Amino acid sequence: MKKLPVSQLQALFAAIAADRKLYIPAGEAKTAAFTLWREGLELTAALNTNRSGKDLFFPQVENLVDFKVTGKQIEVIESRDPAEPFVIFGVRACDCRSFDILDKVFLCDPVDSYYETRRKHATVVTLACTEPEETCFCTALGIDPTDPAGDVSGWMADGWLYLRANTEKGEALLASLPMLKDGEKPEQDKSVFDRLPLKELDWSAFGGEHMMERFHSPEWASLAESCLGCGTCTFVCPTCQCYDVKDFKTSGGVKRFRCWDSCMYSDFTLMSAGQPRPTQLERFRQRFMHKLVYYPSSHEGEFGCVGCGRCLQKCPISMNIVKVARTLGEEAKA
Amino acid sequence: MQERVKAKAIELLENGACDRVLGWKAGEFFYDVTPAVFTSREEIENEFVYGPFCGANQSKYLIAESRKGGRVGAFLKPCDTCSFQQLQKEHRILRENVYAVGVQCAGMCDIEAVKAAGMKGILGAEDQGEALLVRTMYGDRTMDRAAALAERCKVCKSRKLLGCDEIIGDQGEELASARFDEVARLEAMTPDERFAFWRNELSRCIRCNACRNVCPACSCEKCVFDNPDSGAENKAAANSFEENLFHIIRAFHVAGRCTDCGECSRVCPQHIPLHLLNRKFIKDINELYGDYQAGADMETRPPLVNFQTDDPEPSIVHERGTNR
Repeated sequence: MKKLPVSQLQALFAAIAADRKLYIPAGEAKTAAFTLWREGLELTAALNTNRSGKDLFFPQVENLVDFKVTGKQIEVIESRDPAEPFVIFGVRACDCRSFDILDKVFLCDPVDSYYETRRKHATVVTLACTEPEETCFCTALGIDPTDPAGDVSGWMADGWLYLRANTEKGEALLASLPMLKDGEKPEQDKSVFDRLPLKELDWSAFGGEHMMERFHSPEWASLAESCLGCGTCTFVCPTCQCYDVKDFKTSGGVKRFRCWDSCMYSDFTLMSAGQPRPTQLERFRQRFMHKLVYYPSSHEGEFGCVGCGRCLQKCPISMNIVKVARTLGEEAKA
Repeated sequence: MQERVKAKAIELLENGACDRVLGWKAGEFFYDVTPAVFTSREEIENEFVYGPFCGANQSKYLIAESRKGGRVGAFLKPCDTCSFQQLQKEHRILRENVYAVGVQCAGMCDIEAVKAAGMKGILGAEDQGEALLVRTMYGDRTMDRAAALAERCKVCKSRKLLGCDEIIGDQGEELASARFDEVARLEAMTPDERFAFWRNELSRCIRCNACRNVCPACSCEKCVFDNPDSGAENKAAANSFEENLFHIIRAFHVAGRCTDCGECSRVCPQHIPLHLLNRKFIKDINELYGDYQAGADMETRPPLVNFQTDDPEPSIVHERGTNR
């Protein structure tokens, strides 16, 4: 394990940024975002960013390919972002787990080469949590926020930053930073995590084996009743991965791009034959069934939620995955 | 107040005035209440809450609720009643299918404002007059009660309950409000500074559409931005300026109809001060056509769809633009 005084963070960032891009969570607490590091940019005081770290692998909008049309000829022009090596520093354990979840979607056959390129170019440096928010429930999903994964795991304690490489990429990063000294991190007092109000959430009613019971629950009607049908929960969610592929007509051809889509939107899955999810009830159900039933049913029981709490904080009407889990969980027990 | 509102909800169901009431359901915490429809005394007794975090404007729900058959009861704050009347003026709410109870309000709290005061791990809050005691995972802290108010409540423009079937609490009055101060500050900027201000604020937009979907003035059956046949449909903009235009166009679309309820800014996950765009329009309308509050009554013709011989000429745009 390596260590560095926290007072020398800027020197560390400068060294990392010398030959690759560096993104750190920065900005005011209410608008914190992963931001390209420039001299003097400091870590945010916020526990986490508004948008999750997935943006760096799966951006909200990206070009796929261009078509140039000349008479009857169509030329295919590569327009993808070639990507370059980068480090994402300060990822929390929840967001880091979300990368595993996204990997299982984007890196399975057929591999999404756009996502894969960015993943390959990235070195993920995590940061352990010390002061969770009341909305945090990663521990209820088997994540240890005090021992985050990543290529390098990081801890801050007593004025020191401790870094432990977990992968070859991580080893290479730490080896390139001569200012790091050897050191061992002190034992962390973890008692605060025992006081998390959502730590006992019960997920036993979910998973693939409960698919049809949960799907047909009469509770969806009241849960979805006040949903505004906006995309906030999906866009701040670190594991939401749906996108739309669109063609933008240019003067001499077509620019094909993809952008995040939301199952909460009325035109999501709209087909020439119609809309299989005609009301907000079906759209709302889809989102939570995907996280808690469909994803685990095809990924050995792993839930598609990491407990980051963003949907709890951001939903305009305070409806979220925890309320869904409670309501359907109680129904299952009854 | 909670007990009076709950008792009224039960009364409305039991005396047959309504077959359901729109209210609030408690959440995991003290602040994360959700709008919900209640149909029985038992549900209301067990789950209905009304308190300082019931800030959301429920009037927009009445567009759909008033078309579901039967009669729905609704509890509206003074600012909500403005939206309620404006929606009736636009023939969006079927008034006869709503029983409106106006609830007097001393200002609603916003959990984001509590967080902005530096509170973390928030578990509870207790009113102590001038102060708010906040219970957190890291111990009890106090903050100024006024600082916990939602932005729109800090600059509350009126406590008048409009067009209700009955009222809980006293009828209120219009208030002197500082709500245009921030607009005036932006107006005093140079065009370049103002452009930079909005480019920065709007750069955070994630196009989640929460502002549009919550807005009582945005009640089109199919938004042009959702309609694949419109030519303007866009889930993500081709460039960042197009993203900015979305908000500017939306502000134009609701100009003269926006009641300044502040929901757009309340729900924005990225804390973009969208209400300032709308307030600029309101301020301009007030200055150009005389004071006008959308939804204040059912009769006044809205200035932007009314013609009077002393209306300013289009050249006013040029004059005001160059004078600044």
